[in-house]
Amino acid sequence: MKFGVVIFPGSNCDRDMMDALRHDLGQEVIPLWHKDKDIDSFRTEDCIVLPGGFSYGDYLRCGAIARFSPMMQSVIDFANKGGKVLGICNGFQILCESGLLPGVLLRNENRQFVCKNIHLISDNDTTLLTKDITGKVLRIPVAHGEGRYYADNETLDNLYKNKQILFHYCNEYGEQKGKINPNGSLRNIAGICNRRKNVFGMMPHPERATSIALGNTDGRLILQGLMQRAEVPA
Amino acid sequence: MEVTVETAKQLGLTEEEFNQIKDILGRTPNFTELSMYSVMWSEHCSYKNSIALLKTLPREGGKLLVKAGEENAGLVDIGDGWACVFKIESHNHPSAIEPFQGAATGVGGIHRDIFTMGARPIASLNSLRFGKPEDTKTQHLIRGIVHGIGYYGNCFGVPTIGGEVYFDACYSTNPLVNAMSVGIVRVGKTVSATSYGEGNPVFIVGSDTGKDGIGGASFASANIDEDSAQDLPAVQVGDPFQEKKLLEACMEIVETSALIGMQDMGAAGITCSCSEMSAKGEHGMRIDLGKVPTRQPGMKAWEMLLSESQERMLIVVKKGREQEVLKVFEKWDLNCVQIGEVTGEQRLKYYLDGKLEADVPAESLVLGGGAPVYHRETKVPAYFEKIKQVDADKIQVPKDLKTIAEKIISQPDIASKRWIYTQYDSMVGTGNAGYNALSDAQIALVKGTKKALLMTTDCNGRYVQANPYKGTMIAVAEAARNIVCSGGQPLAITNCLNFGNPYNPEVYYQFSEAIKGMGDACRRFDTPVTGGNVSFYNQSPDGPVFPTPVIGMVGLLDNLNLHTTLGFRQAGDNIYLIGQSRNDINCSTYLYKILGEKYSPAPHFDLEEEFSLQKMISILIQAGILQSAHDISDGGLFTTLLESAMVNEVGFNIQANKDIRKDAFLFGEAQSRVVVSVREGDCAEFERLLGGMVYERLGEVVEENIIIDNENWGNIVDWKEKYDTVLENLMEKEEVVS
Repeated sequence: MKFGVVIFPGSNCDRDMMDALRHDLGQEVIPLWHKDKDIDSFRTEDCIVLPGGFSYGDYLRCGAIARFSPMMQSVIDFANKGGKVLGICNGFQILCESGLLPGVLLRNENRQFVCKNIHLISDNDTTLLTKDITGKVLRIPVAHGEGRYYADNETLDNLYKNKQILFHYCNEYGEQKGKINPNGSLRNIAGICNRRKNVFGMMPHPERATSIALGNTDGRLILQGLMQRAEVPA
Repeated sequence: MEVTVETAKQLGLTEEEFNQIKDILGRTPNFTELSMYSVMWSEHCSYKNSIALLKTLPREGGKLLVKAGEENAGLVDIGDGWACVFKIESHNHPSAIEPFQGAATGVGGIHRDIFTMGARPIASLNSLRFGKPEDTKTQHLIRGIVHGIGYYGNCFGVPTIGGEVYFDACYSTNPLVNAMSVGIVRVGKTVSATSYGEGNPVFIVGSDTGKDGIGGASFASANIDEDSAQDLPAVQVGDPFQEKKLLEACMEIVETSALIGMQDMGAAGITCSCSEMSAKGEHGMRIDLGKVPTRQPGMKAWEMLLSESQERMLIVVKKGREQEVLKVFEKWDLNCVQIGEVTGEQRLKYYLDGKLEADVPAESLVLGGGAPVYHRETKVPAYFEKIKQVDADKIQVPKDLKTIAEKIISQPDIASKRWIYTQYDSMVGTGNAGYNALSDAQIALVKGTKKALLMTTDCNGRYVQANPYKGTMIAVAEAARNIVCSGGQPLAITNCLNFGNPYNPEVYYQFSEAIKGMGDACRRFDTPVTGGNVSFYNQSPDGPVFPTPVIGMVGLLDNLNLHTTLGFRQAGDNIYLIGQSRNDINCSTYLYKILGEKYSPAPHFDLEEEFSLQKMISILIQAGILQSAHDISDGGLFTTLLESAMVNEVGFNIQANKDIRKDAFLFGEAQSRVVVSVREGDCAEFERLLGGMVYERLGEVVEENIIIDNENWGNIVDWKEKYDTVLENLMEKEEVVS
């Protein structure tokens, strides 16, 4: 399998993602330019990543312009065919804006950008990304100004019912107690997937935690999930 | 419009300077030309009141590949075919007026200085000074400035990995905002800010040119041209998204090798880039201003020439290779418009609508060329008398030192800056190896090598105020100490010299003494000055700010395994103080902020003693025997111990030195001291390595409590909570709408 990393103007975690996948996880990576649309070489077992950053300057609304780029049209088709797509931070915002994932990401509750290590936990054994790491507390950095996940109650209830919650923010012991939520997201949600479980979005940055030199390799555990063959229901 | 000496004075030039311009041109300049001289000969561009002294600083040697002043920033060899470029610059005055945009464009400007040389910025730092933290106005400035730095840096995608923040009433009206950028480049792949080769095309690239920034220069008074002046926003407006695209495009055109030269546009915009590049390359330019992409119609020639619109570059391309360059800018959806060409005669000729608007020799505008150089008068400051009258030894040692310790670590200068730094993306770029491994200096990986760069900004303005010569040596020494304690070797410095009005002889005394101290210290540490920035006129109605020569230092860590962190690791380790404990509370946070004594001499400092200390720390780190190293600086020994203990939430149990006043022992800020921790089994070898070095064993790392002379001062978690939340508690009160 191989990875594609989409580069929008204003992406700034594209290189980080490529470095992490290539050097820390030994994967083949193909950069994909936003003005192109040819991804015919990608098969559904491959994965396309929308990296973090400020695509198109985050003008209008985070991710609102990126969804109209030529490459995103191809990515949307790819996802609809069952191909794996991962959006990190700004990439998550783009996935929500393009309708591949439900809900929106609002400005952080305290109206400030936040960058720090947070803790994450998953109890979802039904997705590729999480099934091997359920119950494990992961330390991963966040860095965003608009990461407060929001959806109406019915949508939220459905997300839980269909096992679409990837991660919750938690404390270092895995409990959802105290000041654990960096942005005020509803129900401490840090990441979700679509119902078909081939499109993943999360605010925290696993690519910033894959290297011994940075003193944190928890992010490898998340990205490794994508390297497995998907068993996507039709 | 008739140009007279009155016009010149309104633009901030002196009569003498006006006559000099007439001599250069052999005629009276027109308004456009006069405007160009007024900005190029302003303090900001010409360094006319500082350059004579700056030239006394060591500007070569060490690992310097390019001398200071030859390019936008000095180039330092870091081995393996890589070089490092770094610079610090002030944006004090714009930030005082409009904190958000002022700080944001300060960050944008300093990054452009780095990537205009072909280097990719990998880290930024900032050094900030504010007035009293409890003042509403100060809090408004903090909010705006921190937001501005974050807004620009986070989007631009370069991590903000360090810096310093101090508070003092002297900075109330005039905060200091100094931003530093550090970049790396392959040796031989740098781009020069030059222009030559008759017939080579000159392009303007990046954003459109608007009227922003003009009002911030010499045009503050409205009677120059009342109609246009009314519209001028005083401060530039930054667009980090444009700059991110500009960065990537510039990195790509460097690879084409189709460039003759490139220079960013900062102060004095087109005028500055054209004249500096032409003067350096000993050629001229013919520019058609009508081709400059503008944000609004009807801009006058002088407006275009002086505009400080952000995110623009001037590039000179080898004739015949224009298409390669145009293609790159088209890819990134950026302007790239030919506005003129290089000429053989060394003059700059600007046309608009076919009319010659300005015709001046390039050389005459620039620093090192025709720009004036002044030697200013100095006078020993009157307040030195007050310092002499203070005898800190007469102060009684207080009984309750624990309460004093709590007050010291609750000073916003000392306490955690978490409220600030969590608003900066410190981890983008995946090179900040210090986020999960705190050390005295910040650390950025040089990807593709096994090396890392260590970097720090340092300056305690209080010490410099007390003794400009010694205080500035201390700033350099502390920067070097931070790098050495982190396991590295200091390479070079950049400086940002924030002072009051240079026409005040007392201020100029401070300036000249500071330069002397910096020179002496830099020569001793073999850290040449790669460049920097002078910011005069930092004043409030009560007088000048503390003289604040901020030192930005970069060092090299050859081997990541030698990276030494500041946190105590495990209970049972021995804690040592290397260096001499002294009966010295002068100029300390304790004396100044807690006891309220505003005048006292600078703390003890001896350059040779410092140099030996740093050599010893290097030897110990190379021997792999230290579990942690953390230097003693603001707040004194207690603060240092607490900072080391908080990292892994352990405690410490120490005995005070009975020969020293206990307040001086715990809170004094005498220099040249480092606290280290050593495993029990390594202590014999450690003490052998120390040889004749002065040291004392303080005690040991314990599970969770702070114990001093057998007195329990409480749990580390409680101390940490106090230390972490000081600034948050101040800033997260209900914001007052002003």
